[in-house]
Amino acid sequence: MANGSPLLSIQHVSKDFYGNVVLHDVSFDLHEGEILGLVGENGAGKTTLMRILFGMPVIAETGGFQGSVIIGGSEVHFSSPFDALDAGLGMVHQEFSLIPGFTTTENIVLNRESMRPSILNDVFGDRMSILLRDKMRERAEKAISKLGVELDPDMLVSEMPVGHKQFTEIAREIDREQTRILILDEPTAVLTESEAEVLLQTLKRLASEGIAIIFISHRLQEVLAIANRIVVLRDGQVVKDTPNENVSMRDIASWMVGRSLGETGARSEGRKFTDIALKVQHLWVDMPGETVRDVSFDVHKGEIFGIGGLAGQGKLGIPNGIMGLFPAGGEVILEGNTVPLNSPAKALAMGMGFVSEDRRGVGLLLDESLEWNIAFTAMQIHRQYLKKVLGGLFSQRDERAMEELSKEYVSLLDIKCTSTKQKAKELSGGNQQKICLAKAFAIKPSILFVSEPTRGIDVGAKKLVLDTLHHYNRDFGTTIVMVSSELEELRSICDRIAIVDEGRIAGILPPTADISEFGLLMSGAAMEAVNA
Amino acid sequence: MRNLKTFIEDFGWPRIIIFLFLILLFIMAPFVRVRLDASISDVLNRFGQNAIMVLAMVPMIQSGCGLNFGLALGIVAGLLGATLSLQLQLHGILGFLGAIALASPFSLVFGWFYAKLLNKVKGEEMTIAMYVGFSFIMFMCIMWLILPYNNPTMVWGYAGKGLRTTITVEGYWLKILNNFLAIKIGQFFVFPTGLLLFVGLFAFLMWLFLRSKTGTAMTAVGSNPDFARASGVNVDKMRTISIIMSTFLGAVGIIVYEQSFGFIQLYTAPSPMVFPAVAAILIGGASINKASMVNVLVGTILFQGLLTMTPSVINSLLQTDMSEVIRIIVSNGMILYALTRKIKVSK
Repeated sequence: MANGSPLLSIQHVSKDFYGNVVLHDVSFDLHEGEILGLVGENGAGKTTLMRILFGMPVIAETGGFQGSVIIGGSEVHFSSPFDALDAGLGMVHQEFSLIPGFTTTENIVLNRESMRPSILNDVFGDRMSILLRDKMRERAEKAISKLGVELDPDMLVSEMPVGHKQFTEIAREIDREQTRILILDEPTAVLTESEAEVLLQTLKRLASEGIAIIFISHRLQEVLAIANRIVVLRDGQVVKDTPNENVSMRDIASWMVGRSLGETGARSEGRKFTDIALKVQHLWVDMPGETVRDVSFDVHKGEIFGIGGLAGQGKLGIPNGIMGLFPAGGEVILEGNTVPLNSPAKALAMGMGFVSEDRRGVGLLLDESLEWNIAFTAMQIHRQYLKKVLGGLFSQRDERAMEELSKEYVSLLDIKCTSTKQKAKELSGGNQQKICLAKAFAIKPSILFVSEPTRGIDVGAKKLVLDTLHHYNRDFGTTIVMVSSELEELRSICDRIAIVDEGRIAGILPPTADISEFGLLMSGAAMEAVNA
Repeated sequence: MRNLKTFIEDFGWPRIIIFLFLILLFIMAPFVRVRLDASISDVLNRFGQNAIMVLAMVPMIQSGCGLNFGLALGIVAGLLGATLSLQLQLHGILGFLGAIALASPFSLVFGWFYAKLLNKVKGEEMTIAMYVGFSFIMFMCIMWLILPYNNPTMVWGYAGKGLRTTITVEGYWLKILNNFLAIKIGQFFVFPTGLLLFVGLFAFLMWLFLRSKTGTAMTAVGSNPDFARASGVNVDKMRTISIIMSTFLGAVGIIVYEQSFGFIQLYTAPSPMVFPAVAAILIGGASINKASMVNVLVGTILFQGLLTMTPSVINSLLQTDMSEVIRIIVSNGMILYALTRKIKVSK
């Protein structure tokens, strides 16, 4: 299908955010009528690349980018998304950018309505033109029929099923006559299987009419089903640019996650565990954006259990649900005792500790001293760091004991601070994370949940945090459940790793398992498909 | 020099300006034939009268419910206690403590319902609280008329029922605290020992409370409710406790005010009591989710000092009555200033 000069050509594009390289020398071409499947892990640089293509202001604000974008043979410089739209780019966003109170038609032709001037135009300009509703409806119907789906042009967006919303977005991009390139960012993420099937058919149809499509998805089977060519991004680099011929899901998965050997840290020594510390049965958690649907797993006493998976699949919901921070149901049994859900106090009292992924929102008292941050949970749960006054009549904060405790952790975890009286908000991200760990350690948990412990901290601090977890696990026998988006991190420290996909455990693998297996589980392929 | 700069930053420009202005008023006082000793005595007196109502702001600020614009609820509870104490013919210290005891159940019930409401409108507490206060005062305007009080000193003479707008506590518990161990120097200066001791006692109890386990949890709720919840603290319960405490302190505050002022003021009188208390704690340097005893003491001294000195000094100077205007500008200006600071709370 690829013939002649490319419609869109990305050449040597590099981009860094304050020294942190997100894209490095990315080049690929897109031809008329071609569907290009763009895949990569979270943080591989897909979103940044799309932002560059679309001239999003955030790119210019952070220092622009290197390299060039060529559309139809001439280099373009977009200063805003409007320029990109004019140049024929259309974008369908992951989250719907539709107006709920407007009808399908109104959304499709939004800001490009068919109008006729009224007398008020002379005074107030275009804003006072009269809408030609018939014409608008006609255009909407034309765009919808081009898609080959059934959509009611007069239905309000707020009353539509999600699938129809997605099609409305695509119809809006198609209605623009000059649209030649369509970019879809995870368009099937919210769709049911049958809706996704219709969408894929629609995309093929559009491609046959000459529209070039960039299809971003982590569902590899969909990419394989419709893409003409597949580009794999990993850590900001194009690691593979191949036609979709004789490519298997397993290949893509290993290209996506595979890192050069030798980079990975110490692997687990294949420890054996017998006792079960935590038993989770049919857990569901209603955490917005991280819904857990039906999760069951066992954690052995003394092990480090990893939970991985892509963002939004529900891995973060598991610890948050067990610790009672979000509405949850199912059964959680800690060493033979049932854990009451939906009550953080009871979960903590049973000896479970939690380091939240939302460090600044949940993890810290930013306006209080380090002493408060570290001792607070232990004080509330175990009545520690309180001293009796007047023969036990009432109790007061024992500030000296709190200071001693904090000093102990400051030196133990090498927390950089001027004093333990310093406010938590004044510390750097890595040190704040250590405070969160200290807070959890201070209640002496028998099982510790750590959620994204290395998110947003620098490499040195990452290593310290992981070493600390390792140290507590080995020397104090603390059972640790670690949730992380970084697979390499999980593989370097965990004894077993569960991969969560769409709110369910897709599979549990040893850290030594082949990297492509992890990739497949993350991409929504069931275990049977892997074995087949 | 650097110490001075950090001191100014900590203390805040508004406080320094008001402090300097107050000093200026004291310096000017003798020149416009206002007696200094009488003025100081006045400031101390008014400080004692109002300090507990300012203290009532602290629990709700600490628990993140913001400034208690619904203080009127506590004040009404205090008025009920005071009128009941008169109705029951309680005299002297018994009358005063009886008023507080009788006000307690009301403040508990009012506070509990008030907390129920405020827990439903998190983030909008202050606006809602203000209207709760206004409407409750209006509701009580009806109640004062129809409640079956019959002490002749309290009811309207011509009808024999319905409470008067102003009721004297003379003969019951007038200045019961002010006169306790009072030190009189010269003709014009009285040091209200009992009053200040009583205020000191409540401030000390509050200080102790904030250092207890519950007080610590309350402060954490105000600082970051999500953190507190993740640490096993029942956020709504803490807020409820703080609101009940605040309402109770409002009730005690108004009774202390009445024994010094000499009158129980009913009907719409609680309305103008609220803003000065809010303004005072803000002048004292409290933010909308952090307040300390120092904020209460400094704020009440500065605000009441300003209120005492402006009428006498400025009026003598300008030969006109500006005191009320200045009071309103200062108190509302201070509230406005503090609310715009809201953004500075780090989340």
